[in-house]
Amino acid sequence: MSQRIVVDPVTRIEGHLRVEAQVEGGQVTDAWSSGTMWRGIENVILGRDPREAWLFAQRICGVCTTVHAQASVRAVEDALGITPPLAASLIRDLIALSQIIHDHTIHFYQMQAFDWVDVLAALHADPVKTAAIQASLSDYPTSGASYFRDVKGKLQTFVNGGNLGPFANGYWGHPAYKLPPEVDLLAVSHYLDALAFQRNFIRVQAYLGGKNPHPQTYLVGGIARPIDLNSDDALNDEGLAQLEDLFTSALNFVTQALLPDLVAIMGYYPDWAKIGAGTGNYLDFGDFSSTGVPPRGGTLNNASLFFPAGVIRDRNLTRLEPLDPMRLTEEVARSWYTYSGGNDEAVQPYAGETRPNYTGPTPPYAHLDVDSRYSWLKSPRYGGAVMETGPLARMLISYAAGRPQVKTLITSSLDQLHLGTNALFSTLGRQLARGVETVVVAQQALVVLAQLRELIASGDTQTFDDSKWDPSTWPSSARGFGLHAGPRGALSHWVEINDGKVSNYQVVSPTTWNAGPRDASGQRGPYETALIGTPVHDPTQPVEILRTLHSFDPCMACAAHILDADGTELLRVKVQ
Amino acid sequence: MAQRVVSLGFPSFRKPDALPVLPPAQPDNATSDDFDADLSEGFLETLRAHKVSRRRFLGYCATLTAVLALPAALAPRVAEALAATNKPRVVWLEFQDCTGCTESFLRSSDPDVGQLILDLISLDYQETLMAAAGTQAEAAKATALAEPGYLLVVEGSIPNNVGACTIGGQSATDILTAAASGAAAVLAVGTCATFGGIPAARPNPTSAVSVSDIVAGKPLVNVSGCPPVPDNIAATIVHFLSFGSLPAADGLGRPLFAYGNRIHDACERRGHYDAGEFAVTFGDEGHANGWCLYRLGCKGPDTYNSCPTTRWNSGTSWPVAAGHGCIGCSEPDFWDTMTPFYATLPDVHDFGVEATSTEIGLAVVAGTAALFAAHGVGKAVQAHVAGRAARKPPAGDEHAPPGHGDAPAGGSGDQTDGEAAP
Repeated sequence: MSQRIVVDPVTRIEGHLRVEAQVEGGQVTDAWSSGTMWRGIENVILGRDPREAWLFAQRICGVCTTVHAQASVRAVEDALGITPPLAASLIRDLIALSQIIHDHTIHFYQMQAFDWVDVLAALHADPVKTAAIQASLSDYPTSGASYFRDVKGKLQTFVNGGNLGPFANGYWGHPAYKLPPEVDLLAVSHYLDALAFQRNFIRVQAYLGGKNPHPQTYLVGGIARPIDLNSDDALNDEGLAQLEDLFTSALNFVTQALLPDLVAIMGYYPDWAKIGAGTGNYLDFGDFSSTGVPPRGGTLNNASLFFPAGVIRDRNLTRLEPLDPMRLTEEVARSWYTYSGGNDEAVQPYAGETRPNYTGPTPPYAHLDVDSRYSWLKSPRYGGAVMETGPLARMLISYAAGRPQVKTLITSSLDQLHLGTNALFSTLGRQLARGVETVVVAQQALVVLAQLRELIASGDTQTFDDSKWDPSTWPSSARGFGLHAGPRGALSHWVEINDGKVSNYQVVSPTTWNAGPRDASGQRGPYETALIGTPVHDPTQPVEILRTLHSFDPCMACAAHILDADGTELLRVKVQ
Repeated sequence: MAQRVVSLGFPSFRKPDALPVLPPAQPDNATSDDFDADLSEGFLETLRAHKVSRRRFLGYCATLTAVLALPAALAPRVAEALAATNKPRVVWLEFQDCTGCTESFLRSSDPDVGQLILDLISLDYQETLMAAAGTQAEAAKATALAEPGYLLVVEGSIPNNVGACTIGGQSATDILTAAASGAAAVLAVGTCATFGGIPAARPNPTSAVSVSDIVAGKPLVNVSGCPPVPDNIAATIVHFLSFGSLPAADGLGRPLFAYGNRIHDACERRGHYDAGEFAVTFGDEGHANGWCLYRLGCKGPDTYNSCPTTRWNSGTSWPVAAGHGCIGCSEPDFWDTMTPFYATLPDVHDFGVEATSTEIGLAVVAGTAALFAAHGVGKAVQAHVAGRAARKPPAGDEHAPPGHGDAPAGGSGDQTDGEAAP
């Protein structure tokens, strides 16, 4: 019997995601992904000073709170012909790398762990055995039986209190949970440790950018954090030493806890190496250049990029295709927008427009009209092809490009799980790739920090180029784009500047690539494709659907933010 | 506040303060020696299990009381509330948001987020953190709402346009209205929820409004900021669970303990301002040496928040300390009224109409600084608060003190507030 199930809200993500799925014979046979919230931030940016566009764009997302700022200043710098000083680029990269570490850690322990970890089953764990498991996994410092006994006792007290708070109504006891209680207890312990870790580690961004969320240091032309070894009010030796301390703590945490935990947990879920494959096409813009040159696609600067750019099609890791940002388009055939040139058009972001046209049901509603338009997300395409982006795409591209650091970690992780590279194209593969990426990024952060130190030692401390700060130095008309590797994948901002003001602004976010709806030719988006074939043991308790969705790390506020100057014609109702 | 964090048993992977922490501005005027509290044997047992001494716990409560700008005499009340076994229930809704306020909440250090969500409150609905999804999440919410008396936290603005924000097929307006009806109090968190924020910025594409535009007849407090300082969110919640009421607020419904002071007046660079020492371009010598950022567009003179004193991320830093001007993010409509962000404020209110930074510098040189410091500033702050109060009275707020000019720092108002608790 076929039945339609709805998961809304999809929780433990950023923002508002709804999924409707057709379930038949114990598995998903079709799926529709919908972004159900929208603000119109691009419209708010229009007419503003392009030097402050980044502050607006940053508010697209408070989780990946650095990525839109970074892409925005890059886009405006591209338009105005500005190259920020190398020290500024390196500091921006340090912030971005800290963001990836932070996001991936929270994603694993706070966002998606409960899809795999049964919190209540941890109460049946033997702390001595948990300690033995911990010892077999890594040198994680807090690992004794008494530590795990304390955590178990604390959990018991919490449960005895009778109110489960954020753990209420979880899927506890569901047969899809496969971990021994001892591993559940390990994961619950590290859930708490990760809360403490993230709060401490993110001080990297406070030190470099004044605060987090929404660090406040980007400038078109550099950053606002000066470097002066003789000043207490600038980045100095003491600050650099403290940054090294924090990044070292991150490297310790992700190598001793995050990746080993992930591999250990996934070891109990080998079936998920065959589930959630998705489109098989992968895209990333690349990022983190040792020369400070921003990514531009193509193969021109791939050698200097820590993450290479490229496109992989049909899971073919032997062929890495150069990336051309001009082949990027967005479609709205199944979205709540219209295009002036026809709703079935595929539009390059420089020519992008977004005219909202909500045709969905008036709330309250039980189902969306999925045969028509059903999402606030557009459908990004690359030369017409559906692409998945994110850590898996990046790790596959790095693997295909022969990056030894990534190849080694991917291979060793797969070996521990007795899996081959084909296992990467799956829900499990996305998790594994994110874990591996966190480790290589934590390693790279220390490399970038060392490079910054050498640069400062050589006397190059400039962090801001003011030569084009004054709008009178700008051309009357200009346009540019900024590419960035955010935690969730390939991000691009596209800006047009006329007479000193932003005249068009388009953002194509990673989650828009992944969570977008069908396009004009009926091609499903990556979420929709990946969900097909996902088993559903009990349609009223669809924890398996969450596993595949969470493997993408949805960020919905990023994905649905778009509106242009004509976009204020939504139907209005009088509020009662 | 020397002892910033008391761990109630959560292992800390790293020592908590690797980065320099400035001396806190809030006086640590109460210590564990100053008071005693009636703690149950069960709670003391819990403390022992977590290897936290009674003395240390009481010291922590004294710190918290100081953060809330409450009289030290109320510290036992805080301690007893934190030790209580029945945890206040919290329902946290997200509408047109970026989840930045939730993320900020996760950075709480006083108390930290682990203590908050597991020890101090029962977080019955919070989409970013809760295990349940879909039907199970909706059921968790229904269960929570069925028993009135919870603290309702709202993040994000609410659109009037149909379809711009739905969750579980319900409109944001309907969800908020239903949840507010059984709430003991409402905490609007972040500038979107408090004042409309970026969705409501020109041209307000979705006709977004604030919580106070929709919710009436409930005690409501506005913890503004984009996002708010983490510890301000936590302290407001702790105040509610300690006293069963919301903290005393200014005319915009913002807690005075956090928003009672102007950024400019508590700024560590204020001395440079008074001395006429301004950074003129980013990266110049003045900028590298911590001079005033006023000419680079700093909105500190027009902004009320605790950033310079609380600082961000366990006291690590704040934007001005890191070299970028304040953008006024805790003020209503700041996306429109504080922009262009890099333009110098046209006037600084406490120095009178049209005074420029140059004139102020000259005035200081002329020797009038002492006069301003002694009288002008404080008076102007009061006038400023009163002016803002006149501009937009918060709906349904029963907690704004009657006379803003009387107690801008929230002394007596808080006392009354504490005494009024059940």
